[in-house]
Amino acid sequence: MSTWIAIGVTAAGCYLAKLLGLSVPAGALERPAVRRLAALLPVALLAALTAQQTFGDGQHLVLDARAAGLGAAAVALVLRAPFLVVVAVAVVVTAGVRAL
Amino acid sequence: MRGVPEQIEIRTGSEARSGPGSGAEPKASAAVVRDALGVGVAVGLSGFAFGVTSAGAGLSVLQTCALSLLVFTGASQFALVGALAAGGNPFTAAAGAFFLGVRNAFYGLRLSGLLGLPRSVRPLAAHWVIDETSAVALAQPDRRTARLGFTVTGLSLYALWNLTTLVGALGASALGDTAAWGLDAAGPAVFLALLAPMLRGTVERAAAGLGALLVLGCLPLLPAGVPVLVAALAAPAVLAVQGLRARRTTEEGGVR
Repeated sequence: MSTWIAIGVTAAGCYLAKLLGLSVPAGALERPAVRRLAALLPVALLAALTAQQTFGDGQHLVLDARAAGLGAAAVALVLRAPFLVVVAVAVVVTAGVRAL
Repeated sequence: MRGVPEQIEIRTGSEARSGPGSGAEPKASAAVVRDALGVGVAVGLSGFAFGVTSAGAGLSVLQTCALSLLVFTGASQFALVGALAAGGNPFTAAAGAFFLGVRNAFYGLRLSGLLGLPRSVRPLAAHWVIDETSAVALAQPDRRTARLGFTVTGLSLYALWNLTTLVGALGASALGDTAAWGLDAAGPAVFLALLAPMLRGTVERAAAGLGALLVLGCLPLLPAGVPVLVAALAAPAVLAVQGLRARRTTEEGGVR
């Protein structure tokens, strides 16, 4: 049940954010400080999510096969691999290291 | 799923190329459709990774599909299932996902003037206001091509994203232990791929570094889901430091 609550709240929140942008008069949210924060927020969140899901195991920090997979994904990104290839590299390397 | 409102680059979402769209001559509809489909198909296929990740995180096929149908903004969906898998409370988990979705509001601001949508169409169009549709639409030279690009990207991406989510969720159930296949690395790899093109300057890198440090530091201490919210504070913190520095530089400049 709590999963459905989370889905409902997320769906409503994300939809309202989208609708708000299309509906408010231009200029209302265009203050430079607000814009800069909105641009930087995803950067901090995505970095945090990457770190947490690579090194986190419940409430513990661990170094396991995922770190190798993400390292390989980072190399793929530097080599300008397409999005799906980056994800595939991470999955394959993680599985490979785990199978060793 | 990526990009910053004022500096959207078409190359980011998927390596799918769109034309520069800056030519003075009217752009052919066929070219717009081709560009839009390129982005829609490439990114739409990554719904498979979401379906697998979500099912692997313990959500049912129905819940997984509901997320893609109703939330339809990839990073938020991945964040939510990750937080739920870690045992976060539903509201903390939803808060993290929501903060990631806030950037779509800023895409909407840019799009509303460009697309000039009638009031009645806005609630429908809003659901498609995401990184990729915004990137394609904002790259177009005029309203006609922007509307076309937005619609074709939105339609192809929405259809494929939901279809591949279903296939991924069903596939994950058939695979059993998704971790054995390394599929638990798909989520963080998606985040990393979304993050990489945003790391253009010192401010972005500082926010990313601080965000990662905060989340890892808080992970052993705070309940699941909360560390990510704490890490979000890296953004205002870095901006505040940058503001102070800028002010000091101006003052020093004034003394000289």
